[in-house]
Amino acid sequence: MKLTDNDFSLFGLPERQHQERAEIDARWKALQAEVHPDRFAADGAAAQRVAMQWAVRVNEAHKRLRDPLARAAYLCELRGAPIQAHENTAMPTSFLMEQMEWREALDDAGSAAAIEQIDAEVAQRECALLTEAQQLLDVASDATTAATKVRALMFIQRFRSDIAKRLDNF
Amino acid sequence: MALLQISEPGQSPNPHERRIAVGIDLGTTHSLVASVRSGTAECLPDDQGRVILPSAVRYLEEGRRQIGAEALAAQAEDPENTLVSVKRFMGRRLADVADADKLPYRFEDTPGMLSIATRDGIKSPVEVSAEILATLRFRAEDSFLDDVFGAVITVPAYFDDAQRQATKDAAELAGLKVLRLINEPTAAAIAYGLDNASEGLYAVYDLGGGTFDISLLRLNKGVFEVVATGGDAALGGDDFDHLLADWALAQAGLSAQSARDKRTVLVAARAAKEALSNLDEVRLTAQLDGGSIDVHISRAQFEQLVKPLVDKTLTSVRRVLRDAKVKADEVQGTVMVGGSTRMPCVRLAVGELFGREVLTNLNPDEVVALGAAIQANALAGNSKAGELLLLDVIPLSLGLETMGGLSERIIERNSTIPVAAAQDFTTFKDGQTALAVHVVQGERELVSECRSLARFELRGIPPMVAGAARIRVSFQVDADGLLSVSAKELISGVEALVQIKPSYGLADDQIANMLKDGFASAEGDMAARKLREARVDAERMLLATASALAADGDLLNAEERAVVDALTQTVSETAKSEDADAINAAVEALAQGTEGFAAERMNRGIQQALTGRNIEQL
Repeated sequence: MKLTDNDFSLFGLPERQHQERAEIDARWKALQAEVHPDRFAADGAAAQRVAMQWAVRVNEAHKRLRDPLARAAYLCELRGAPIQAHENTAMPTSFLMEQMEWREALDDAGSAAAIEQIDAEVAQRECALLTEAQQLLDVASDATTAATKVRALMFIQRFRSDIAKRLDNF
Repeated sequence: MALLQISEPGQSPNPHERRIAVGIDLGTTHSLVASVRSGTAECLPDDQGRVILPSAVRYLEEGRRQIGAEALAAQAEDPENTLVSVKRFMGRRLADVADADKLPYRFEDTPGMLSIATRDGIKSPVEVSAEILATLRFRAEDSFLDDVFGAVITVPAYFDDAQRQATKDAAELAGLKVLRLINEPTAAAIAYGLDNASEGLYAVYDLGGGTFDISLLRLNKGVFEVVATGGDAALGGDDFDHLLADWALAQAGLSAQSARDKRTVLVAARAAKEALSNLDEVRLTAQLDGGSIDVHISRAQFEQLVKPLVDKTLTSVRRVLRDAKVKADEVQGTVMVGGSTRMPCVRLAVGELFGREVLTNLNPDEVVALGAAIQANALAGNSKAGELLLLDVIPLSLGLETMGGLSERIIERNSTIPVAAAQDFTTFKDGQTALAVHVVQGERELVSECRSLARFELRGIPPMVAGAARIRVSFQVDADGLLSVSAKELISGVEALVQIKPSYGLADDQIANMLKDGFASAEGDMAARKLREARVDAERMLLATASALAADGDLLNAEERAVVDALTQTVSETAKSEDADAINAAVEALAQGTEGFAAERMNRGIQQALTGRNIEQL
């Protein structure tokens, strides 16, 4: 077990997209129970530094593993198909059209209920894309195609965070 | 001590030596100190049997001061020198205080943090808080007839970095070793969860005198995981008082001009507000210089008046539910904390939102201090290891200013701490040799709408074409929720590091000076105390080293072992001397020299823990 191990080995989980959230959380807590700085609070500065490094690493891995999109992106990278979201912005026209329609609908939505309705629709699309990505990573072993799904999912994630911001105003 | 006692985690090197650890709730309106005695957390009373210390400090002539109830009693008579609710000013600039003109103080717009002119000179909110903390520290030391080993101090979950740093500075100034800053709702959850053996998802709604927090926690087998937190660091019972005071003044056709009038009407409003929690109608009277107030107000009228404030808290609650991606009905219980949750309209509104009655079966004033005491006891190594684990989050996103005055988020709100993240930036102009780093906290996109935490410059970047340099800015938030930032140019290796201290909190030498003139000198012979502490540290370090070597000595080769042995030898010899600084230096050298060993032991500990668990699962 090293700080440089990949997230899956650190958590003792199989290196694949399909994971149980409860299992990830249980392992996260078991690891934190060993490494958290609070465990060494009475042990002075040097122990605190080491514990902090570990706790930071465990939290970083947990954050990535528990989020299906971050996990998929990480797997693509491990398998030699990095996402490089900044360089790869070209998306299929149909996808972009769908995005524009959603954005217009969000601009027109005048109530929390209407916004939540749009969010539900987008969430459904997100769920379908995640299933496709999982199939590509775990069954078809096609990280390159999976990476295109991940890029699409990133657009959706950004859109959903805009939705959340709008909801903050209600 | 660098050596980690993995075989016996959490145990003190000498089991007979129990460490006095306290939990302190440093509140806007009042403060408490609690400690675990024979297995139970209890609030410590003063010599008159009172556990609540009003957070009030009155400065008298000749540097004398009154703290607590005596100060509070004098607030209408001596408003300018009697400081209450200073928690609202911690880490704040004058421009941040919305109702400054309604308060009876002579504010000074000092850089970084405001201060207040009193007859005893200019006081920073940090100093005033330190007076309160020191009073509680003395109370604990009188109760146990022993020094306090360390303290857990609670802060509102929604406190930003500047406010947390200010709180830690105040504790240091009061001569307290801060074991941890923990969030008030989390402390309440510990006290509540352990008492009721609760499991599952709980909300803690904490409306105090000056701050509002809402936290969602998952409780499971002694692990308290904060899922999301939110709130308002400037919304509390005081705001209800202000609204009611303004209403009463308007009814009477008066305005409060003098410091005494301002304080008198606020005191009367607060009394009326508190009475309305039990009565349907009250009479609010106040004798001002400019005339007198004598009005009746019904509970319904009051509730109408304060509805916008209650609604504001509900907006925060809904946002936290969204952040956590949970529905209100998934929350198994809502724990009410803070004196302001005694208002029936608050209980009713929160109960309605969650669709079930709120939990009020604990003393909302004491629960935070009790939870802090339980955590302090665990951190001092007095309780069994593994009983309690807190996984808390940062309340507000942390970011950097980029081109166009926009904030680029580096660490998102609700990230579990400790947390670190880095982002690479590049230069904008050809030949640019310096880069200004501006650290901000908040959710808004415009830097001008976020809180500015620090500014620093990375200089000495070798001239390159625009966009060629690779500057990595790293953020690290420790288990107290405090941030440090570093910047490094990767090609040349030029580096800069800041603790986020200077722009807000007090500088280290300022603290050292205050310590010298302040509390610590009154404590008797500082030098003797310092030597005693250094020797105790050395003793602990030697014990820990010996036990670490006994357990995992095989991790070291002969050469490494010889280095450790030599360092150990130096510590034991130096400890016999009278030179505290030399002892501390030797201890630090041993700590540094064994850090690698400590890391190896940590690796082994984790591996063993994981292996053990895998076997269990088979």
